[in-house]
Amino acid sequence: MKQHHVFSTLKLMAATILGIGLLSGCSQSAGNGGNSAALADDVASQVYVPPGEYDEFYAFMSGGFSGQVSVYGLPSGRMLKVIPVFSLDAEKGYGFNEETKPMLETSHGFIPWDDAHHPELSQTNGETDGRWLFINGNNTPRIARIDLTTFETAEIIEIPNSGGNHSSPFTTENTEYVVAGTRFGVPYPQQDVAIDSYAEKFKGTLSFISVDPEEGEMDLAFQVLLPAYDYDLAHSGKGKSHGWTFFTTYNTEEKSTLLEVNASQNDKDFIAAINWKKAEEYIAQGKFQEIPAQYAHNTYNEHTHMATSEMKETVRVLLPEECPGLVYFLPTPKSPHGVDVDPTGEYIVGNGKLSADMAVHSFSKVLEAIENESFETIIDGIPVLKYDEILAGIVEKPGLGPLHTEFDGKGNAYTTYFISSEIVKWKVETQEVLDRVPTYYSVGHLMIPGGDSRKPDGKYMVALNKITKDRYLPTGPELTHSAQLYDISGEKMKMLLDFPTIGEPHYAQGIAASKVMPNSKKFYPIEENEHPYRTLGEKDTRVERDGNIVHVYMTTIRSHFAPDNIEGIKVGDKVYFHVTNLEQDWDVPHGLAIMGANNAELLIMPGQTETLLWEPDRVGVYPFYCTDFCSALHQEMQGYVRVSPQSSDIELSWRLGEDEPVQ
Amino acid sequence: MKYLPRLLMALGIIGLLLLFFFPMWKIILYAPQYPDGVEMHIYIDKIGGNSPGVLQNVNILNHYVGMKYIDPDAIPELQYFPYIIGALILLGAGALLWNRAPGYLIWTLLLIILGTIGMYDFYLWEYDYGHNLSPTAPIKIPGASFQPPLLGTKDILNFVAKSLPHIGGYGYGLAILMGGSAWWTRKKQ
Ligand SMILES: [Cu+2]
Repeated sequence: MKQHHVFSTLKLMAATILGIGLLSGCSQSAGNGGNSAALADDVASQVYVPPGEYDEFYAFMSGGFSGQVSVYGLPSGRMLKVIPVFSLDAEKGYGFNEETKPMLETSHGFIPWDDAHHPELSQTNGETDGRWLFINGNNTPRIARIDLTTFETAEIIEIPNSGGNHSSPFTTENTEYVVAGTRFGVPYPQQDVAIDSYAEKFKGTLSFISVDPEEGEMDLAFQVLLPAYDYDLAHSGKGKSHGWTFFTTYNTEEKSTLLEVNASQNDKDFIAAINWKKAEEYIAQGKFQEIPAQYAHNTYNEHTHMATSEMKETVRVLLPEECPGLVYFLPTPKSPHGVDVDPTGEYIVGNGKLSADMAVHSFSKVLEAIENESFETIIDGIPVLKYDEILAGIVEKPGLGPLHTEFDGKGNAYTTYFISSEIVKWKVETQEVLDRVPTYYSVGHLMIPGGDSRKPDGKYMVALNKITKDRYLPTGPELTHSAQLYDISGEKMKMLLDFPTIGEPHYAQGIAASKVMPNSKKFYPIEENEHPYRTLGEKDTRVERDGNIVHVYMTTIRSHFAPDNIEGIKVGDKVYFHVTNLEQDWDVPHGLAIMGANNAELLIMPGQTETLLWEPDRVGVYPFYCTDFCSALHQEMQGYVRVSPQSSDIELSWRLGEDEPVQ
Repeated sequence: MKYLPRLLMALGIIGLLLLFFFPMWKIILYAPQYPDGVEMHIYIDKIGGNSPGVLQNVNILNHYVGMKYIDPDAIPELQYFPYIIGALILLGAGALLWNRAPGYLIWTLLLIILGTIGMYDFYLWEYDYGHNLSPTAPIKIPGASFQPPLLGTKDILNFVAKSLPHIGGYGYGLAILMGGSAWWTRKKQ
């Protein structure tokens, strides 16, 4: 313990010295040691949620390269669920069972993985409403929608003309749209050209995906075609700036090689401000081009318990040259990463990650500059506003490597500094630095529940760190990523808790549990089950053959499968086990595992039907069993399938016990 | 108060009418892993619960110890109970129109007698379910009875079982009380 403490302190001193060396005026950044010895006793009680009691907030953290979303409780830091989104999840059969395979379809075919970065809660009147959570897939550009009544992925839409869907899926204040800006310029349309033709042939698109206000269904409404900059992050306006969405850019140099040097030459890059209300007018006037584009749209139906994948063929594209007033560039130093709009909608923070100072733009001044047509220059029909005219102020030398800012709703902003590994609290109106705390280590995003909405819950703040090193018991070369929870209810930020996360949590969203918990489903009503292969009672269980395809209509209820003995299956058959869980009680899933299955298990919620494909490759009698410890007789929940040679003439037969069934 | 007996009688009839809309009885099972309890509702014509799956869940619990499957279609009382209550309502209406003390008294006594028979019948069903166990039950506990209480609370293995009237049952009690009061006030006039 002692040694560990000394070691950490040394590291911290080293970090501090680095901070001073790189930037004077940043010398307080080390703050207190932040280790357990330095934490007062009352801190423990602040994060202690007694057994049987609930956390105050849900936190939804992206899984980063795990492709999933993890759900945590705050302030305890207890993990509640991992929701499979863009990656296969054998634990839940996601992407393995027949029902969810279509969720991972794209124009490139079935893609079993993605890199999930930014969860974003749906909003009503600028406030999180607890209905849906959106998240972007970075690698093969997609946006997913998670239904917060079931905590399951309900929809995934692919984004065409994009490469690296990073500035996504930030919502507008009534979830009119979620957005998807391309991080990488790509040839437009995609074609076989020299990489050197980047500046001429490559483009960047910003996509606006409309969200149905009732059902949440997404549709790619339009794309805006822009120069091939790297569109890094985004946030939509709120209140007075509602109707606008802001995207940061880097690589305005438009280079395609050695970007760490070549894309870091311009002193200022841009924030692209899109007037999407204007875009709607142009769409209504028909001022768009309908461009061929292939992209998948996958939806999961909660009643059929099945996903379907549809391929879309065209997209509507708006060109700034033809749509005056649609796009403006706000010069912002330097390679800005996050762009964050304060709860009033007036201040637009450009987190210039390579800049010593941090620029804060004023939305009123932006409007004024547009009104006065006070432009520095015009690029491809896009007016560039004058930096000095739109600036509200600068946060002077706050730290090194600013990445992201969130707000507490009390007039304060909190910005993460990756290089100096700290969070700095500053006053939005005066840009005056108020406080700073270290993070362990190298914080990326931060999250305050509602911290990017009009109504933040300014009680807790979570730092999502990129580097873990010595924070926990070591686990070999690969470590979990660390997060820290801070109390921000007082003047000084105070660290409360340090907890591990899955994958690489980029961004997170938090919401009061009271907005989500009452709507959480307990099970699926069996009478609403519309699965084409459902079995609604044991008397309907059966096995049917159609050539070498065999359909097993199976049910589960504590504590047996019906049927549990099946004969007449042959080598080379494709056997589909359509299993309906007849249970109608909370927390009684059943599983199905069968020896030699080349996919995964099924994990079937009460009232649900799921299908496992099994292709027996050899003669014999093979057991199957329930994988979820469901009852006192769970271990008895098992059965056999007899597999005969292809030439065999054994008839299909099935049974369950000899006397009366439970159902 | 000339109209008081009739008014009381009308209230009594309304009490009976409640049986067509609300359960007459409830049996609630509590155990740590059932934080909300499993609450079974017995109506005059069906068996339900405070959530859709209750009967199935009770049957699942019962089958471990070999109790019979509770099948509402196999309980004849649920077929003819509505007619008995309907007849009592008609008789009550007749007594109200006749407005004579003996009419109210006979009606009230009829309710008391039928109610007692009903409770005895309920006890017999409970006894049957609690004692008539399948010889192939997965879990056998020598000497144990799984009969729920007629009224009140009882421990059954890992469960605490509570048996209480529901709104309809209180409605029946109200009918008896009001019928009796109608008789008393009419007699005093
Ligand atoms: Cu099971």
